[in-house]
Amino acid sequence: MAHAASGPGPAFATGPADAAGGLDPAASSGYADHPPRMGFFTDTSVCIGCKACEVACKEWNAVPADGLDLTGMSYDNTGALGASTWRHVAFIEQPAPAVPDSVLPDPGGPIAGGDGVRWLMSSDVCKHCTEAACLDVCPTGALLRTEFGTVVVQDDVCNGCGYCVSACPFGVIGRRESDGGAHKCTLCYDRLGDGLTPACAKACPTESIQFGPLDELRERAAGRVTELHEAGVSDARLYGADPADGIGGAGAFFLLLDEPEVYGLPPDPVVTTRDLPRIWRHAATAAASLAVAAILSGAWRRP
Amino acid sequence: MIQGSNMAECHPVGFQWVMEAKARGATVIHVDPRFTRTSAVADLHVPIRAGADIAFLGGIINYALSNEKYFRDYVVAYTNAATILTEDYADTEDLGGVFSGFDREHRLYDMESWRYQGGAVRPAVGERSPAETRAPLTAAEMRKVRRSGRGEAHGSGGAAAHPDPDTDETLTHPRCVFQVLKRHFARYTPEQVAEVTGVPAETFRQVCEQVTANSGRDRTTAFVYSVGWTQHTVGVQYIRTAAILQALLGNMGRPGGGIMALRGHASIQGSTDIPTLFDILPGYLPMPHAHGNEDLETYIAAETVAKGFWANTREYMVSLLKSYWGDAATAENDFCYDYLPRLTGSHSTYETVLAQVAGECKGYFLFGQNPAVGSANAKLQRLGMANLDWLVVRDFTLIESATFWQDGPEIETGELRTADIGTEVFFLPAAAHTEKDGSFTNTQRMLQWHHTAVEPSGDARSDLWFAYHLGRRIRAKLAGSGDETDRPILDLTWDYPVAGPLAEPAADAVLAEINGWDSDGKPLSSYTQLAADGSTACGCWIYCGARADGVNQPARRKPGREQNWVANEWGWAWPANRRILYNRASADPDGKPWSERKALVWWDADKKRWTGHDNPDFIADREPSYRPGKDATGVAAISGADPFIMQADGKAWLFAPAGLADGPLPVHYEPQESPFPNLLYDQQHNPVREILASPRNRYQPSGGQRGSAVFPYVATTYRLTEHHTAGGMSRFLPYLAELQPAFFCEVSPELAAERGLEHAGWATIVTARNAIEARVLVTERMRPVRVAGQVLHQVGLPYHWGPNGLTAGDAANELAHLSLDPNVHIQEVKALACDIRPGRRPRGPALLDLVRSYQRRAGITAKTGTEA
Repeated sequence: MAHAASGPGPAFATGPADAAGGLDPAASSGYADHPPRMGFFTDTSVCIGCKACEVACKEWNAVPADGLDLTGMSYDNTGALGASTWRHVAFIEQPAPAVPDSVLPDPGGPIAGGDGVRWLMSSDVCKHCTEAACLDVCPTGALLRTEFGTVVVQDDVCNGCGYCVSACPFGVIGRRESDGGAHKCTLCYDRLGDGLTPACAKACPTESIQFGPLDELRERAAGRVTELHEAGVSDARLYGADPADGIGGAGAFFLLLDEPEVYGLPPDPVVTTRDLPRIWRHAATAAASLAVAAILSGAWRRP
Repeated sequence: MIQGSNMAECHPVGFQWVMEAKARGATVIHVDPRFTRTSAVADLHVPIRAGADIAFLGGIINYALSNEKYFRDYVVAYTNAATILTEDYADTEDLGGVFSGFDREHRLYDMESWRYQGGAVRPAVGERSPAETRAPLTAAEMRKVRRSGRGEAHGSGGAAAHPDPDTDETLTHPRCVFQVLKRHFARYTPEQVAEVTGVPAETFRQVCEQVTANSGRDRTTAFVYSVGWTQHTVGVQYIRTAAILQALLGNMGRPGGGIMALRGHASIQGSTDIPTLFDILPGYLPMPHAHGNEDLETYIAAETVAKGFWANTREYMVSLLKSYWGDAATAENDFCYDYLPRLTGSHSTYETVLAQVAGECKGYFLFGQNPAVGSANAKLQRLGMANLDWLVVRDFTLIESATFWQDGPEIETGELRTADIGTEVFFLPAAAHTEKDGSFTNTQRMLQWHHTAVEPSGDARSDLWFAYHLGRRIRAKLAGSGDETDRPILDLTWDYPVAGPLAEPAADAVLAEINGWDSDGKPLSSYTQLAADGSTACGCWIYCGARADGVNQPARRKPGREQNWVANEWGWAWPANRRILYNRASADPDGKPWSERKALVWWDADKKRWTGHDNPDFIADREPSYRPGKDATGVAAISGADPFIMQADGKAWLFAPAGLADGPLPVHYEPQESPFPNLLYDQQHNPVREILASPRNRYQPSGGQRGSAVFPYVATTYRLTEHHTAGGMSRFLPYLAELQPAFFCEVSPELAAERGLEHAGWATIVTARNAIEARVLVTERMRPVRVAGQVLHQVGLPYHWGPNGLTAGDAANELAHLSLDPNVHIQEVKALACDIRPGRRPRGPALLDLVRSYQRRAGITAKTGTEA
């Protein structure tokens, strides 16, 4: 496995830029020559809620089943992302928007009537943030930035401290009771290394989950939004595609048909370690003082 | 138009093409009682009352006819619109909702009066034998023949129809099909459609406009249906209604048109082509009947038609017999025709169950089938299986049909005691499709080959292995027998090569046998090579060519980008690798495409051949101007302008003069059990629906009858993406079970309020057969519909659950009755009147008391619901 810089530090305050003007996380992490940043574009407007992504993910990554609870939340019996759920399809039943979300060609004109219901489905996943708080806070280096710009937990290094769990602004990563470790989507790092598509995207029958170089995905996504707007779907918007947002843009971003909150996504996510550089400066000063004191006292010498 | 199908949920992989069409600008309309995952991505969802689709489609037909929105040139040239009926025909318009020929006492139709009017009848090819010397069938024998259901026989062609009837191409003759059709559907007005189906008139108008505006020379509309259409007492007529509409709109045989029957699981299409059905042989040849087809000559005479490719029934049948019995099949012994079993009536799965209960059927093989959960009236299924000598269950895991004798629901109610059950149950683990070679035939009639990815583990074996080695062992036991009744087994060709440590038979060798060979053993390449003299063998004439040149054609996987858009080099489709059936209809009578936009095949006047993007489904060198002579028969009798080459008259049938048990035109009848009277006709039900009376199969009173108010709601059963049919492939798998971890029912907030049902709580659903409990999902996706001025609430019931597995629950099929479509013997589980109440169901004998109390309240007797 390629070595990557990780751990605390002002990693992304400055750094190389990607094509869209955002930060290039792989380069920032020390990969001088690396493949393009890979990611997911999840177009929820074509999701049919089949959950093939959830099953394919669990099959490929050997993620355990985690419960047989009927939640009563529409067809969503998975509930949320977590240590044993790396893809989660949300089902949102809501009154249909006042403006019809589709326009039929003449002579039918805009569809009137229908039955006033809309059923949104969206496959959520780790955002593989450009500025990843989980990675920032990890004390053991278990979380690393890959050459593809994705964020991965190394099971054999993770000590289960759980700092990453509280650091994630999306509630993606979790600790699994059975092994104590933190787990989340790896964007199928093992498959990427072999030039394969991640399991969820491979299984998706409607290309709701698209995998590829992030630059291309962003371009495609912008086109899709324009297309939907022209078709009268004025609520279509991208989520996590903007390098200027609070996480420096997501490596896995979404096309939504409603406000992010409706899907259980934070409307304005901010990397929770944004204030860390300042905190670390203070901490570093303190640590340096302690180190100097230790050297002076000779405590580091072996007898 | 997706109607009677929840394609996104039940066929998610195929649905990718719908989404792709949508991305290219297609409009998707979903007509369904429930707002499903299909509705969620459709342009329009039309909520309809379950069981009212004929009224809805009949309304569109009426709209097209009365507003001149049909494709007139296509209709005149390619359908039987111009055909004139005899004066004997009387429509439902004249007879209060039944057709002429109805025998109310025996609940059967005599189809004689539905025939075309015509001059001299062409001699049928098969009538070379002295068939007329045979004594005519008695009335009772004839009824038995009819009951055995010939609907599936002959594929779409139906039974013999007059090949050259009288016609009136102005379509004005009062007895021409077009005028009959107009009168028949005139009562399906938008107002009546709204009353009967609950679809608001404005929504209905939009659908009519969309469908008709998108059909014609330049555009085509496709219909998709699944078991939401078939599983009714008038199921076949649902599809007939769509067929009439699509023929009127010129949407058959053309790209982007057609009626797609989505199959319930992989290769269900294959299991009708190479049938697991009682009434047909491979390639839709009718199974011989004891009272109509005594020998090969009478069979051929009865089943052969004068014109078209069914005129070659003898070639197909003899080649099939040669593939079964090889050298033992000779002209002298009728090619072993007498080795075939004979029908004596309907032997569908449901009659079989009654025969088990009656002690007549002693043994049962279940290959990937779980009737204890998946078949209607599941209790009756279990009681039948509990009364067998032996039962063989081949499945992945211990499904309910394998364990009912120790822990089934009847053990708890006291109806059965393990110690009293004499059935010896053999459970034999089955290999999965990933563990064996074979083919899938999909809804497009396309065969795709799959290869063994991993060897089956443990004792698991493929179905092919089981069938072959069982046959081999039986033959070994019978070897040397002098008993004539053993000859059909001993004379079978049973010599498939085996390989590997498991002695797995070669699936490719089976394909080779299906494809067929000539007397030198050389592979055939087309069914036109089949001979009647025994010089060819072919296991299924429509599959002939699947292994042309000795190459496994279904295994071809040439990427779409490396070939034209029809992609004929991916897999192989029957017949003759044609991807769109009857595609001669994509060109006008002169052989030119109806429009450039919709060009598919056309006549090349220079080369004197049909050509195009697809393989032409026509005689390759038959000029469009060709007209057969008066004495021409068979394939020679097909006009150069008749695209529907399997039909006896070469036309698409707006009116079906033969072949259907329940009428030449579709009629809206209420389901077997309905809270409503039939608003369109005096006749309440399909008068010839199949009633299987049994004390365990009581029917409920319907629409307006005393006691019908006891069951005021309509339940409809269905599947979820997360599970598979009766659950054997999903409830036992943790990754799938956790996604839908409990049996639930779906109800509207209005119904929840009316009955005091709590979201995520429990409800009990009751019919005259049984009562089940389910968790409750209260959802706006279930909308009450207004029918006949009243509000109707519908209850959604996914049918995957049973007592075994990681997620267990009651089976929705406990509620269902056995009242069947008379053509194909399918159960009516898409519209069942029921009651729903809050809370869990009683346990033990108290459950039976609850059902009995409902029967008493509704005044149910053995006669209830059985009237014609």
